[in-house]
Amino acid sequence: MSHIDVPSEEHIRAPESAPKFLIHNEGDHVAVAVQDVTPGENEAVYMDSNRTVIVRATEAIPLGHKVALVGLGEGDDVIEYGVRIGVTQQPISAGQLVHVHNIRSARWQHSL
Amino acid sequence: MAAQPLTGYRRPDGRAGIRNHVVILPVDDLSNAVCESVARTIPGTLALPHAYGRLQYGADLELTFRTLSGMGANPNVAAAVVIGIEPNWTDRVAGGIARTGKPVEGFSIERFGDLKTLSRAARVAQQMLQDASELQRGPVHREELIISIKCGESDTTTGLGSCPTVAQAVDRHVISGGTVIFGETSELTGGEHLIAARCANEQVRNRFQAMYDAYIDEIEASGANLLGSQPTQGNIRGGLSTIEEKALGNVAKTGTVPVVDALEPAVAPIRKGLNFMDSSSAAAEFITLMAAGGAAIHLFPTGQGNIIGNPIVPVVKITANPLTAETMAEHIDLDVSGLLWRQYNLREAGDRLMALIDRTINGRLTCAESLGHREFVITKLYRSA
Repeated sequence: MSHIDVPSEEHIRAPESAPKFLIHNEGDHVAVAVQDVTPGENEAVYMDSNRTVIVRATEAIPLGHKVALVGLGEGDDVIEYGVRIGVTQQPISAGQLVHVHNIRSARWQHSL
Repeated sequence: MAAQPLTGYRRPDGRAGIRNHVVILPVDDLSNAVCESVARTIPGTLALPHAYGRLQYGADLELTFRTLSGMGANPNVAAAVVIGIEPNWTDRVAGGIARTGKPVEGFSIERFGDLKTLSRAARVAQQMLQDASELQRGPVHREELIISIKCGESDTTTGLGSCPTVAQAVDRHVISGGTVIFGETSELTGGEHLIAARCANEQVRNRFQAMYDAYIDEIEASGANLLGSQPTQGNIRGGLSTIEEKALGNVAKTGTVPVVDALEPAVAPIRKGLNFMDSSSAAAEFITLMAAGGAAIHLFPTGQGNIIGNPIVPVVKITANPLTAETMAEHIDLDVSGLLWRQYNLREAGDRLMALIDRTINGRLTCAESLGHREFVITKLYRSA
Protein backbone atom coordinates (compact mmCIF):
# COMPACT_ATOMS: atom_id res chain seq x y z
CA MET A 1 0.00 0.00 0.00
CA SER A 2 2.22 2.78 -1.26
CA HIS A 3 -0.25 5.51 -0.30
CA ILE A 4 0.09 4.67 3.40
CA ASP A 5 3.14 6.73 4.27
CA VAL A 6 2.72 6.77 8.05
CA PRO A 7 5.99 5.92 9.81
CA SER A 8 5.73 2.51 11.45
CA GLU A 9 6.51 3.86 14.93
CA GLU A 10 3.29 5.88 14.72
CA HIS A 11 1.16 2.79 14.28
CA ILE A 12 -1.28 2.46 17.12
CA ARG A 13 -1.22 -0.57 19.37
CA ALA A 14 -4.76 -1.74 20.13
CA PRO A 15 -5.61 -3.47 23.41
CA GLU A 16 -5.45 -7.26 23.49
CA SER A 17 -9.25 -7.51 23.80
CA ALA A 18 -9.97 -5.46 20.67
CA PRO A 19 -11.39 -7.10 17.52
CA LYS A 20 -9.38 -6.79 14.31
CA PHE A 21 -12.40 -5.96 12.15
CA LEU A 22 -15.86 -4.44 12.57
CA ILE A 23 -18.74 -5.18 10.19
CA HIS A 24 -21.62 -2.69 10.00
CA ASN A 25 -24.52 -5.01 9.14
CA GLU A 26 -25.30 -8.69 8.78
CA GLY A 27 -25.20 -9.40 5.05
CA ASP A 28 -22.41 -6.90 4.30
CA HIS A 29 -19.74 -7.99 1.82
CA VAL A 30 -16.89 -6.18 3.60
CA ALA A 31 -15.38 -5.74 7.07
CA VAL A 32 -13.35 -2.70 8.17
CA ALA A 33 -9.98 -3.16 9.88
CA VAL A 34 -9.92 -1.30 13.22
CA GLN A 35 -6.18 -1.88 13.60
CA ASP A 36 -3.43 -2.82 11.18
CA VAL A 37 -4.12 -6.44 10.28
CA THR A 38 -1.59 -8.98 9.01
CA PRO A 39 -2.60 -11.94 6.82
CA GLY A 40 -4.18 -14.82 8.73
CA GLU A 41 -7.23 -15.58 10.85
CA ASN A 42 -8.67 -12.57 12.69
CA GLU A 43 -11.72 -11.85 14.82
CA ALA A 44 -14.47 -9.65 13.36
CA VAL A 45 -17.59 -8.35 15.14
CA TYR A 46 -20.93 -7.38 13.60
CA MET A 47 -22.02 -4.00 14.98
CA ASP A 48 -25.75 -4.68 14.52
CA SER A 49 -25.93 -8.21 15.99
CA ASN A 50 -22.72 -8.35 18.12
CA ARG A 51 -22.00 -11.71 16.43
CA THR A 52 -18.32 -12.62 16.21
CA VAL A 53 -16.85 -14.38 13.16
CA ILE A 54 -13.36 -15.34 12.02
CA VAL A 55 -12.10 -13.63 8.88
CA ARG A 56 -9.13 -15.01 6.99
CA ALA A 57 -7.21 -12.08 5.44
CA THR A 58 -5.02 -13.14 2.53
CA GLU A 59 -3.09 -9.85 2.49
CA ALA A 60 -2.28 -7.02 4.92
CA ILE A 61 -5.27 -4.77 5.65
CA PRO A 62 -4.26 -1.37 7.13
CA LEU A 63 -6.38 0.37 9.78
CA GLY A 64 -9.54 1.75 8.19
CA HIS A 65 -9.34 -0.37 5.05
CA LYS A 66 -11.74 -3.12 3.99
CA VAL A 67 -11.46 -6.84 3.52
CA ALA A 68 -13.85 -8.94 1.41
CA LEU A 69 -15.99 -11.34 3.48
CA VAL A 70 -17.28 -13.17 0.39
CA GLY A 71 -16.09 -13.80 -3.15
CA LEU A 72 -17.46 -11.33 -5.71
CA GLY A 73 -17.53 -11.50 -9.51
CA GLU A 74 -16.67 -8.67 -11.88
CA GLY A 75 -19.44 -6.02 -11.95
CA ASP A 76 -21.11 -7.26 -8.76
CA ASP A 77 -22.62 -4.86 -6.25
CA VAL A 78 -20.54 -4.36 -3.08
CA ILE A 79 -22.70 -4.09 0.05
CA GLU A 80 -21.70 -2.22 3.26
CA TYR A 81 -24.11 -0.65 5.80
CA GLY A 82 -26.65 -2.96 4.13
CA VAL A 83 -26.51 -0.66 1.08
CA ARG A 84 -24.62 -0.72 -2.23
CA ILE A 85 -21.36 1.26 -1.95
CA GLY A 86 -20.13 0.49 -5.47
CA VAL A 87 -19.44 -2.24 -8.01
CA THR A 88 -16.41 -4.46 -8.50
CA GLN A 89 -14.07 -3.80 -11.42
CA GLN A 90 -12.64 -7.31 -11.29
CA PRO A 91 -13.34 -10.54 -9.40
CA ILE A 92 -12.48 -10.30 -5.68
CA SER A 93 -11.81 -13.30 -3.41
CA ALA A 94 -12.79 -13.48 0.24
CA GLY A 95 -9.86 -12.18 2.30
CA GLN A 96 -8.62 -9.64 -0.27
CA LEU A 97 -8.28 -5.91 0.27
CA VAL A 98 -11.26 -4.01 -1.20
CA HIS A 99 -10.46 -0.47 -2.32
CA VAL A 100 -10.19 1.87 -5.31
CA HIS A 101 -8.04 -0.62 -7.23
CA ASN A 102 -10.86 -3.17 -7.47
CA ILE A 103 -14.19 -1.34 -6.85
CA ARG A 104 -15.71 1.89 -8.17
CA SER A 105 -18.69 4.11 -7.59
CA ALA A 106 -21.89 2.85 -9.19
CA ARG A 107 -23.27 6.39 -9.20
CA TRP A 108 -20.53 8.74 -10.36
CA GLN A 109 -19.21 7.03 -13.44
CA HIS A 110 -16.77 9.86 -14.10
CA SER A 111 -15.22 9.56 -10.67
CA LEU A 112 -13.05 6.52 -11.26
CA MET B 1 -24.60 12.48 35.74
CA ALA B 2 -25.82 15.77 37.24
CA ALA B 3 -26.51 18.30 34.51
CA GLN B 4 -24.47 21.45 35.04
CA PRO B 5 -26.34 24.77 34.79
CA LEU B 6 -25.88 26.21 31.30
CA THR B 7 -25.18 29.87 30.68
CA GLY B 8 -25.09 32.16 27.67
CA TYR B 9 -25.76 35.68 26.45
CA ARG B 10 -29.39 36.70 25.96
CA ARG B 11 -29.73 38.88 22.84
CA PRO B 12 -32.35 41.61 22.26
CA ASP B 13 -34.34 39.31 19.93
CA GLY B 14 -34.57 36.70 22.69
CA ARG B 15 -32.09 34.26 21.18
CA ALA B 16 -29.19 32.91 23.23
CA GLY B 17 -25.52 33.04 22.23
CA ILE B 18 -22.61 31.16 23.77
CA ARG B 19 -19.90 33.60 22.68
CA ASN B 20 -19.85 37.39 22.86
CA HIS B 21 -18.01 38.64 19.78
CA VAL B 22 -17.91 42.22 18.50
CA VAL B 23 -17.33 41.73 14.76
CA ILE B 24 -15.93 44.13 12.18
CA LEU B 25 -17.61 42.91 9.00
CA PRO B 26 -16.54 43.94 5.50
CA VAL B 27 -19.26 44.09 2.85
CA ASP B 28 -16.66 43.53 0.12
CA ASP B 29 -13.03 42.54 -0.46
CA LEU B 30 -12.00 46.21 -0.76
CA SER B 31 -13.01 46.87 2.83
CA ASN B 32 -10.97 44.06 4.39
CA ALA B 33 -7.94 46.29 5.02
CA VAL B 34 -9.75 48.92 7.08
CA CYS B 35 -11.74 46.25 8.96
CA GLU B 36 -8.50 44.57 9.96
CA SER B 37 -7.10 47.98 10.97
CA VAL B 38 -10.11 48.57 13.22
CA ALA B 39 -9.62 45.15 14.85
CA ARG B 40 -5.93 45.90 15.41
CA THR B 41 -6.76 49.30 16.88
CA ILE B 42 -9.41 47.89 19.20
CA PRO B 43 -8.02 44.52 20.31
CA GLY B 44 -10.79 42.19 21.36
CA THR B 45 -12.91 42.95 18.32
CA LEU B 46 -12.88 40.45 15.49
CA ALA B 47 -12.44 41.30 11.79
CA LEU B 48 -14.10 38.92 9.31
CA PRO B 49 -12.23 39.41 6.03
CA HIS B 50 -13.47 37.58 2.91
CA ALA B 51 -12.91 37.55 -0.82
CA TYR B 52 -16.19 38.72 -2.39
CA GLY B 53 -18.97 41.31 -2.44
CA ARG B 54 -18.31 43.16 -5.70
CA LEU B 55 -20.24 42.89 -8.99
CA GLN B 56 -22.22 39.92 -7.82
CA TYR B 57 -25.81 39.67 -9.05
CA GLY B 58 -29.00 37.64 -8.74
CA ALA B 59 -29.15 34.61 -6.47
CA ASP B 60 -25.39 34.76 -5.87
CA LEU B 61 -25.63 38.33 -4.56
CA GLU B 62 -28.64 37.47 -2.42
CA LEU B 63 -26.69 34.57 -0.88
CA THR B 64 -23.75 36.87 -0.08
CA PHE B 65 -26.08 39.41 1.56
CA ARG B 66 -27.78 36.60 3.51
CA THR B 67 -24.42 35.21 4.60
CA LEU B 68 -23.02 38.57 5.75
CA SER B 69 -26.21 39.65 7.53
CA GLY B 70 -26.57 36.18 9.03
CA MET B 71 -23.03 36.26 10.43
CA GLY B 72 -23.74 39.57 12.14
CA ALA B 73 -27.17 38.39 13.30
CA ASN B 74 -25.80 35.14 14.80
CA PRO B 75 -26.52 35.10 18.53
CA ASN B 76 -22.81 34.48 19.28
CA VAL B 77 -22.26 38.07 18.09
CA ALA B 78 -22.94 40.91 20.57
CA ALA B 79 -22.52 43.81 18.15
CA ALA B 80 -21.30 44.51 14.63
CA VAL B 81 -19.49 47.25 12.72
CA VAL B 82 -20.17 46.91 8.98
CA ILE B 83 -17.84 48.58 6.48
CA GLY B 84 -18.30 48.68 2.70
CA ILE B 85 -16.90 50.71 -0.15
CA GLU B 86 -20.23 52.50 -0.81
CA PRO B 87 -23.29 53.16 1.35
CA ASN B 88 -26.05 51.27 -0.46
CA TRP B 89 -24.96 47.65 -0.03
CA THR B 90 -23.43 48.56 3.35
CA ASP B 91 -26.87 49.70 4.57
CA ARG B 92 -28.38 46.52 3.19
CA VAL B 93 -26.08 44.27 5.25
CA ALA B 94 -26.23 46.45 8.38
CA GLY B 95 -30.01 46.61 8.08
CA GLY B 96 -30.23 42.83 8.03
CA ILE B 97 -28.31 42.67 11.28
CA ALA B 98 -30.25 45.54 12.87
CA ARG B 99 -33.45 43.49 12.68
CA THR B 100 -32.14 41.44 15.63
CA GLY B 101 -32.10 44.62 17.75
CA LYS B 102 -28.39 44.26 18.58
CA PRO B 103 -26.03 47.24 18.21
CA VAL B 104 -24.86 47.62 14.60
CA GLU B 105 -23.41 50.54 12.67
CA GLY B 106 -22.48 50.82 9.00
CA PHE B 107 -19.65 52.88 7.46
CA SER B 108 -18.77 53.44 3.83
CA ILE B 109 -15.31 54.33 2.60
CA GLU B 110 -16.08 56.56 -0.41
CA ARG B 111 -15.86 60.31 0.50
CA PHE B 112 -13.78 59.40 3.59
CA GLY B 113 -10.93 57.07 2.62
CA ASP B 114 -9.52 54.30 4.80
CA LEU B 115 -8.00 56.56 7.49
CA LYS B 116 -11.08 58.61 8.34
CA THR B 117 -13.16 55.42 8.15
CA LEU B 118 -10.75 53.78 10.58
CA SER B 119 -11.09 56.67 12.99
CA ARG B 120 -14.92 56.75 12.81
CA ALA B 121 -15.42 52.98 12.93
CA ALA B 122 -12.83 52.39 15.68
CA ARG B 123 -14.62 54.82 18.03
CA VAL B 124 -17.87 52.92 17.57
CA ALA B 125 -16.12 49.54 17.86
CA GLN B 126 -14.51 50.62 21.12
CA GLN B 127 -17.88 51.60 22.60
CA MET B 128 -19.46 48.31 21.40
CA LEU B 129 -16.62 46.27 22.90
CA GLN B 130 -16.85 47.99 26.26
CA ASP B 131 -20.64 47.60 26.28
CA ALA B 132 -20.36 43.92 25.32
CA SER B 133 -17.89 43.34 28.13
CA GLU B 134 -20.62 44.25 30.60
CA LEU B 135 -23.09 41.69 29.27
CA GLN B 136 -23.44 38.92 31.82
CA ARG B 137 -23.95 35.24 31.16
CA GLY B 138 -27.37 34.08 32.28
CA PRO B 139 -29.30 30.82 32.23
CA VAL B 140 -29.92 29.26 28.80
CA HIS B 141 -31.37 25.93 27.77
CA ARG B 142 -29.40 23.68 25.46
CA GLU B 143 -32.57 23.14 23.41
CA GLU B 144 -32.75 26.79 22.34
CA LEU B 145 -29.33 26.57 20.67
CA ILE B 146 -29.07 25.53 17.02
CA ILE B 147 -26.46 22.80 16.54
CA SER B 148 -24.98 22.23 13.07
CA ILE B 149 -23.20 19.06 11.96
CA LYS B 150 -20.78 18.19 9.17
CA CYS B 151 -17.88 15.76 8.98
CA GLY B 152 -14.61 16.24 7.11
CA GLU B 153 -11.51 14.37 5.99
CA SER B 154 -13.72 11.36 6.51
CA ASP B 155 -12.48 7.82 6.55
CA THR B 156 -14.03 4.52 7.54
CA THR B 157 -13.64 5.34 11.25
CA THR B 158 -16.05 8.23 10.73
CA GLY B 159 -18.88 5.87 9.82
CA LEU B 160 -17.87 3.40 12.55
CA GLY B 161 -17.42 5.79 15.46
CA SER B 162 -17.42 9.59 15.28
CA CYS B 163 -20.56 10.03 13.14
CA PRO B 164 -22.66 7.58 15.22
CA THR B 165 -21.47 9.49 18.32
CA VAL B 166 -22.73 12.76 16.80
CA ALA B 167 -25.97 10.94 15.91
CA GLN B 168 -26.46 10.35 19.63
CA ALA B 169 -26.26 14.11 20.23
CA VAL B 170 -28.56 14.86 17.26
CA ASP B 171 -31.27 12.49 18.46
CA ARG B 172 -31.04 13.66 22.08
CA HIS B 173 -31.04 17.35 21.12
CA VAL B 174 -34.00 17.03 18.75
CA ILE B 175 -36.05 14.78 21.04
CA SER B 176 -35.68 17.35 23.83
CA GLY B 177 -36.98 20.09 21.51
CA GLY B 178 -33.82 21.43 19.89
CA THR B 179 -32.85 22.22 16.30
CA VAL B 180 -30.05 20.66 14.25
CA ILE B 181 -28.92 21.55 10.72
CA PHE B 182 -27.13 19.16 8.36
CA GLY B 183 -26.43 19.41 4.61
CA GLU B 184 -23.54 18.50 2.27
CA THR B 185 -25.93 17.98 -0.63
CA SER B 186 -23.69 16.21 -3.13
CA GLU B 187 -22.01 14.07 -0.46
CA LEU B 188 -25.32 12.37 0.22
CA THR B 189 -24.93 10.53 -3.09
CA GLY B 190 -25.60 6.84 -2.44
CA GLY B 191 -27.52 7.60 0.74
CA GLU B 192 -29.88 10.33 -0.47
CA HIS B 193 -32.76 7.86 -0.59
CA LEU B 194 -32.30 7.28 3.15
CA ILE B 195 -32.68 11.03 3.80
CA ALA B 196 -35.65 11.31 1.41
CA ALA B 197 -37.36 8.46 3.29
CA ARG B 198 -36.94 10.36 6.57
CA CYS B 199 -38.52 13.62 5.33
CA ALA B 200 -41.49 14.50 7.54
CA ASN B 201 -43.92 14.95 4.64
CA GLU B 202 -44.25 14.95 0.87
CA GLN B 203 -43.62 18.70 0.60
CA VAL B 204 -40.28 18.50 2.45
CA ARG B 205 -39.33 15.37 0.50
CA ASN B 206 -40.00 17.06 -2.84
CA ARG B 207 -38.05 20.15 -1.85
CA PHE B 208 -35.12 18.03 -0.61
CA GLN B 209 -35.12 15.90 -3.76
CA ALA B 210 -35.26 18.96 -6.03
CA MET B 211 -32.26 20.51 -4.23
CA TYR B 212 -30.32 17.25 -4.45
CA ASP B 213 -31.13 16.70 -8.13
CA ALA B 214 -30.23 20.29 -9.05
CA TYR B 215 -26.86 20.03 -7.30
CA ILE B 216 -25.99 16.75 -9.02
CA ASP B 217 -27.20 18.06 -12.40
CA GLU B 218 -24.90 21.06 -11.97
CA ILE B 219 -21.89 18.82 -11.24
CA GLU B 220 -22.67 16.48 -14.13
CA ALA B 221 -23.34 19.34 -16.54
CA SER B 222 -19.81 20.61 -15.89
CA GLY B 223 -18.53 17.42 -17.52
CA ALA B 224 -15.65 17.44 -15.04
CA ASN B 225 -13.84 14.30 -14.01
CA LEU B 226 -14.45 13.94 -10.29
CA LEU B 227 -11.47 11.67 -9.77
CA GLY B 228 -9.47 13.20 -6.95
CA SER B 229 -12.38 15.28 -5.66
CA GLN B 230 -14.88 12.70 -4.45
CA PRO B 231 -13.80 10.79 -2.52
CA THR B 232 -10.92 13.14 -1.67
CA GLN B 233 -7.33 11.94 -1.52
CA GLY B 234 -7.60 12.06 2.27
CA ASN B 235 -10.75 9.94 2.18
CA ILE B 236 -9.05 7.33 -0.02
CA ARG B 237 -5.96 7.27 2.19
CA GLY B 238 -8.28 6.55 5.11
CA GLY B 239 -9.88 3.59 3.35
CA LEU B 240 -13.00 5.11 1.75
CA SER B 241 -13.38 3.77 -1.79
CA THR B 242 -16.46 5.46 -3.28
CA ILE B 243 -18.78 8.45 -2.85
CA GLU B 244 -21.51 6.03 -1.75
CA GLU B 245 -19.40 4.64 1.08
CA LYS B 246 -18.49 8.17 2.15
CA ALA B 247 -22.16 9.22 2.01
CA LEU B 248 -23.31 6.36 4.23
CA GLY B 249 -20.84 7.42 6.93
CA ASN B 250 -22.01 10.99 6.44
CA VAL B 251 -25.68 10.02 6.82
CA ALA B 252 -24.84 8.02 9.97
CA LYS B 253 -24.34 11.28 11.89
CA THR B 254 -27.89 12.54 11.23
CA GLY B 255 -29.39 10.13 13.76
CA THR B 256 -32.86 8.69 13.39
CA VAL B 257 -35.19 11.70 13.78
CA PRO B 258 -37.34 12.97 10.87
CA VAL B 259 -36.13 15.71 8.51
CA VAL B 260 -38.56 18.58 9.14
CA ASP B 261 -37.44 21.09 6.50
CA ALA B 262 -35.19 21.63 3.49
CA LEU B 263 -33.62 25.10 3.66
CA GLU B 264 -31.98 27.29 1.03
CA PRO B 265 -28.34 28.08 1.90
CA ALA B 266 -27.76 30.53 4.81
CA VAL B 267 -31.46 30.60 5.73
CA ALA B 268 -32.30 30.35 9.44
CA PRO B 269 -34.48 27.34 10.34
CA ILE B 270 -38.03 28.09 11.45
CA ARG B 271 -39.01 24.53 12.41
CA LYS B 272 -37.65 22.77 15.49
CA GLY B 273 -36.00 19.46 14.71
CA LEU B 274 -33.55 18.19 12.10
CA ASN B 275 -33.27 20.59 9.15
CA PHE B 276 -31.50 19.92 5.85
CA MET B 277 -29.69 22.89 4.26
CA ASP B 278 -28.66 22.82 0.60
CA SER B 279 -24.90 23.33 0.89
CA SER B 280 -21.41 22.62 -0.34
CA SER B 281 -19.46 19.95 1.54
CA ALA B 282 -16.32 22.10 1.70
CA ALA B 283 -15.84 22.63 5.43
CA ALA B 284 -15.26 26.38 5.57
CA GLU B 285 -18.12 27.17 3.18
CA PHE B 286 -20.41 24.79 5.02
CA ILE B 287 -19.83 26.09 8.55
CA THR B 288 -20.06 29.68 7.29
CA LEU B 289 -23.54 28.88 5.89
CA MET B 290 -24.51 27.29 9.21
CA ALA B 291 -23.23 30.31 11.16
CA ALA B 292 -25.28 32.55 8.89
CA GLY B 293 -28.29 30.32 9.56
CA GLY B 294 -27.88 30.93 13.30
CA ALA B 295 -25.95 27.86 14.50
CA ALA B 296 -24.44 28.46 17.95
CA ILE B 297 -22.20 25.37 18.01
CA HIS B 298 -20.92 22.96 15.37
CA LEU B 299 -20.13 19.25 15.81
CA PHE B 300 -17.44 18.05 13.41
CA PRO B 301 -16.59 14.35 13.17
CA THR B 302 -13.28 13.81 11.39
CA GLY B 303 -11.30 10.76 10.36
CA GLN B 304 -7.96 11.79 8.89
CA GLY B 305 -7.98 15.14 10.73
CA ASN B 306 -9.70 18.19 9.25
CA ILE B 307 -8.56 21.24 11.27
CA ILE B 308 -11.42 23.64 10.41
CA GLY B 309 -12.69 26.42 12.67
CA ASN B 310 -15.05 29.38 12.35
CA PRO B 311 -14.66 32.95 13.65
CA ILE B 312 -17.93 33.01 15.61
CA VAL B 313 -19.12 29.40 15.98
CA PRO B 314 -17.18 27.00 18.22
CA VAL B 315 -16.35 23.87 16.21
CA VAL B 316 -16.12 20.68 18.30
CA LYS B 317 -13.96 17.96 16.66
CA ILE B 318 -14.66 14.32 17.31
CA THR B 319 -12.53 11.49 15.95
CA ALA B 320 -12.63 7.71 16.23
CA ASN B 321 -9.34 7.32 14.37
CA PRO B 322 -6.71 6.43 16.98
CA LEU B 323 -3.85 7.56 14.74
CA THR B 324 -5.45 10.99 14.25
CA ALA B 325 -6.25 11.29 17.96
CA GLU B 326 -2.60 10.67 18.77
CA THR B 327 -0.81 12.54 16.00
CA MET B 328 -3.15 15.57 15.86
CA ALA B 329 -4.19 15.76 19.51
CA GLU B 330 -4.23 19.57 19.57
CA HIS B 331 -7.10 19.54 17.05
CA ILE B 332 -9.26 16.85 18.64
CA ASP B 333 -11.80 17.83 21.31
CA LEU B 334 -13.16 14.31 21.81
CA ASP B 335 -11.41 11.00 21.10
CA VAL B 336 -13.91 8.14 20.71
CA SER B 337 -11.47 5.67 19.17
CA GLY B 338 -12.34 3.27 21.98
CA LEU B 339 -15.55 2.58 20.03
CA LEU B 340 -13.46 0.81 17.38
CA TRP B 341 -12.03 -1.48 20.01
CA ARG B 342 -15.35 -1.88 21.83
CA GLN B 343 -13.97 -0.40 25.06
CA TYR B 344 -17.27 1.46 25.59
CA ASN B 345 -20.56 1.71 23.72
CA LEU B 346 -22.20 4.44 21.67
CA ARG B 347 -24.41 5.60 24.52
CA GLU B 348 -21.33 6.26 26.66
CA ALA B 349 -19.62 8.06 23.77
CA GLY B 350 -22.82 10.12 23.38
CA ASP B 351 -22.73 10.99 27.09
CA ARG B 352 -19.15 12.22 26.74
CA LEU B 353 -20.10 14.36 23.75
CA MET B 354 -23.11 15.88 25.53
CA ALA B 355 -20.90 16.77 28.51
CA LEU B 356 -18.40 18.39 26.15
CA ILE B 357 -21.18 20.33 24.37
CA ASP B 358 -22.29 21.67 27.75
CA ARG B 359 -18.76 22.72 28.71
CA THR B 360 -18.39 24.43 25.31
CA ILE B 361 -21.69 26.24 25.82
CA ASN B 362 -20.40 27.46 29.19
CA GLY B 363 -17.29 28.94 27.64
CA ARG B 364 -14.68 26.20 27.27
CA LEU B 365 -12.67 27.08 24.16
CA THR B 366 -12.62 24.41 21.49
CA CYS B 367 -9.32 23.25 19.98
CA ALA B 368 -10.07 25.28 16.84
CA GLU B 369 -10.83 28.43 18.87
CA SER B 370 -7.68 28.09 20.94
CA LEU B 371 -5.54 27.53 17.82
CA GLY B 372 -7.02 30.61 16.12
CA HIS B 373 -8.87 28.80 13.31
CA ARG B 374 -11.28 31.39 11.91
CA GLU B 375 -12.10 30.13 8.43
CA PHE B 376 -14.86 32.30 6.94
CA VAL B 377 -15.71 31.52 3.32
CA ILE B 378 -18.70 32.76 1.37
CA THR B 379 -20.29 30.24 -1.00
CA LYS B 380 -20.18 31.63 -4.54
CA LEU B 381 -22.89 30.31 -6.85
CA TYR B 382 -21.34 31.57 -10.13
CA ARG B 383 -18.83 34.13 -11.40
CA SER B 384 -19.43 37.83 -10.90
CA ALA B 385 -20.47 40.23 -13.66
